Amino acid sequence: MSAPPPGPADAPLLRVEHLTMRFGGLTAVDDLSFEAHAGQITALIGPNGAGKTTVFNCITGFYKPSEGMLTLTPPDGGRATLLERLPDFRIAREARVSRTFQNIRLFSGMTLLENLMVAQHNPLMRASGYTLLGMLGIGGFARAERAAIERATAWLDRVGLLHRADDPAGELPYGDQRRLEIARAMCSDPLLLCLDEPAAGLNPRESAALNALLRGIRDDGVSILLIEHDMSVVMEISDHVVVLDYGVKIADGAARAVRDDPKVIAAYLGVEDDEVEAAEAEALQAGEAA
Amino acid sequence: MALKARDAAIEGEAARQGFAEIVKQAAFAALVTLGLCIPLLAIRTDQSLNNQLVLVPRWDAVAIACGLVFLGRIALAYVGRAGSLTGGTTARFHAAGAARPVGKARLASFLRTALLGFVVAFPFIAIWGVGWQGSIKWIDNFGVQILIYVMLGWGLNIVVGLAGLLDLGYVAFYAVGAYSYALLAKNFGLSFWLLLPLSGILAAFWGVLLGFPVLRLRGDYLAIVTLAFGEIIRLVLINWVDFSNGYAGIGGIPRPTFFGIPFNASDDGFAARFGLEFTPLYRTIFLYYVILALALLTAIVTIRLRRLPIGRAWEALREDEIACRALGIDTVNTKLTAFALGAMFGGFAGAFFAARQGFISPESFTFIESALILWIVVLGGMGSQIGVAIAAVVMIGGTELLRELDFLKAVFGQDFDPAQYRMLIFGLAGVMMIRWKPRGLVSTREPTVFLRERKAVSVDLVKEGHG
Repeated sequence: MSAPPPGPADAPLLRVEHLTMRFGGLTAVDDLSFEAHAGQITALIGPNGAGKTTVFNCITGFYKPSEGMLTLTPPDGGRATLLERLPDFRIAREARVSRTFQNIRLFSGMTLLENLMVAQHNPLMRASGYTLLGMLGIGGFARAERAAIERATAWLDRVGLLHRADDPAGELPYGDQRRLEIARAMCSDPLLLCLDEPAAGLNPRESAALNALLRGIRDDGVSILLIEHDMSVVMEISDHVVVLDYGVKIADGAARAVRDDPKVIAAYLGVEDDEVEAAEAEALQAGEAA
Repeated sequence: MALKARDAAIEGEAARQGFAEIVKQAAFAALVTLGLCIPLLAIRTDQSLNNQLVLVPRWDAVAIACGLVFLGRIALAYVGRAGSLTGGTTARFHAAGAARPVGKARLASFLRTALLGFVVAFPFIAIWGVGWQGSIKWIDNFGVQILIYVMLGWGLNIVVGLAGLLDLGYVAFYAVGAYSYALLAKNFGLSFWLLLPLSGILAAFWGVLLGFPVLRLRGDYLAIVTLAFGEIIRLVLINWVDFSNGYAGIGGIPRPTFFGIPFNASDDGFAARFGLEFTPLYRTIFLYYVILALALLTAIVTIRLRRLPIGRAWEALREDEIACRALGIDTVNTKLTAFALGAMFGGFAGAFFAARQGFISPESFTFIESALILWIVVLGGMGSQIGVAIAAVVMIGGTELLRELDFLKAVFGQDFDPAQYRMLIFGLAGVMMIRWKPRGLVSTREPTVFLRERKAVSVDLVKEGHG
């Protein structure tokens, strides 16, 4: 469970350096630096309004960061990509970072299978010769499409939705929609899967199934970056936890260490009045001493 | 026994109350009508013998209108009640239909074949039915005219129905196609078969040109910019007289030939070459098959594209643009292809229109045409091919049929022209559609790919897109 210290040889999959995001006068994320390593589940936690989703939106290109550098280095030794320089769809396509959304965004009028086929848009576009060859029925499009359907079927089976493959996604119950969104993100063949509160609204049994699914994805070699409020999920599956409060990182480390960190407890639960007084007195003394 | 009697009494009371409520609503509707009619119907301005303006009161017309609305509202209330009673059985019927998709699919494919057969044989059916002289009107006014709008509807369907981009200026591309053909054919003498694809390409080029700056806009903003573009094209055609001859339009546009053989009465004309007696009908039949082929091309291309990744991306874009970008789809390019492709089919139709008419002017490309084409797409059910075709037949065929209703003159007097009531009927049809079929005639979506069975998706789940 403990995160191995990064050696000089193995660069982290995602390195976030001095990330700052301002909206007018509000600084939502303030000089945040952390790393997510290949083959690990990294959790980003913090109270409501801590700036977790803003960090996600910066990583996936939906926001342009005000400052900072986001480097994605493929574990197979490929060229590193600077995410802050790419528009959102190229981050998904070229840097292979895929994401889900806090408020589920499925193509509700399309069937489950179609949802997973849309996720494989880019390889299928190439196989169809950017539509021209596919239109004429030449080239390897039919084969590529069969492979895409197979991949989609495998993922539907894995999230337990194969029996509903031909139903519209909008008809699924909430928990199934969450799992389908993860399957759809996985069909785009990512290196890093960013999940924004995947366990929100799930019952304990669904949440346990989600844990198993996410562990399975990690064991397949896909790294996961996770925002989550459900501590049972975070503590059970995360290899590495980063805690944010008011846009500032207050803790970073293995799940167990972070859980016992007094600053984290203070951020989540608040602190006793006398502790505040003690801290203030301490600060005052320090000020006088200086 | 007593209980039963009381139940009956309560039921009767409820019915009486219901009726009173209905009458009250109907009276209110009649009152609204009265308010609307006073400025619109009650007074007619006329010229007296010494050229003075006189006001002719028409209170009888107002009374008729109010009475019609009153009775209509009552009838509507009863129809609505009957509908809610039968609702349960139709739901059960649908469930049974879903359980036996094979029979339904077979019926649908049979209907499709029969329909296609009818469309292909239509000119001969017309000749057989009304003779050589009478059939030219049927083939031209009904056949060709309807097929032009079917094709325009299918072209716009790609943009509005599949990609969910509201385009209020589609007629601009129709105009680009028509003027491309007219000017290039007249000035450079290029042939119809060369100019047909060229006009489509030029229209697509204008689609891309417009699309680049505006496809970042969404929803209402996109609609307004496309509307403005449609008007700009028309105003340029009106005012750039050197180029387009302004209001006067372009006449004497070369007519299409039968692969080089002209349709005329000369010795090397179509009739003479094939040893037939000359009649203008041959050209009409030829034009009918050309537009039929073009319309079918549009349909086949659209059907095929829907099953390719680009088509699926269009529909995904209509459903959720942000999710598309998160999956690595270049949304601007995807929208542009939809826009350009829709424009291209509009351009084909425009070139055909110019060749068929032999004369074009900016009058043919007003906003009302855009609105009519959009109407056809919305009435048909956005994204549905067969729905759009049916809507085009109803809208265009209906308009043409109004001209045929001469017997109404016997009822309403000699100067009654039913075709004048076209817009009124469109409006009524629109209100009825919004009331009963808000998502169009065909309100299911066919999935583009399936694992075990093709289940139609209810349109309630399908989004309409927001630009």
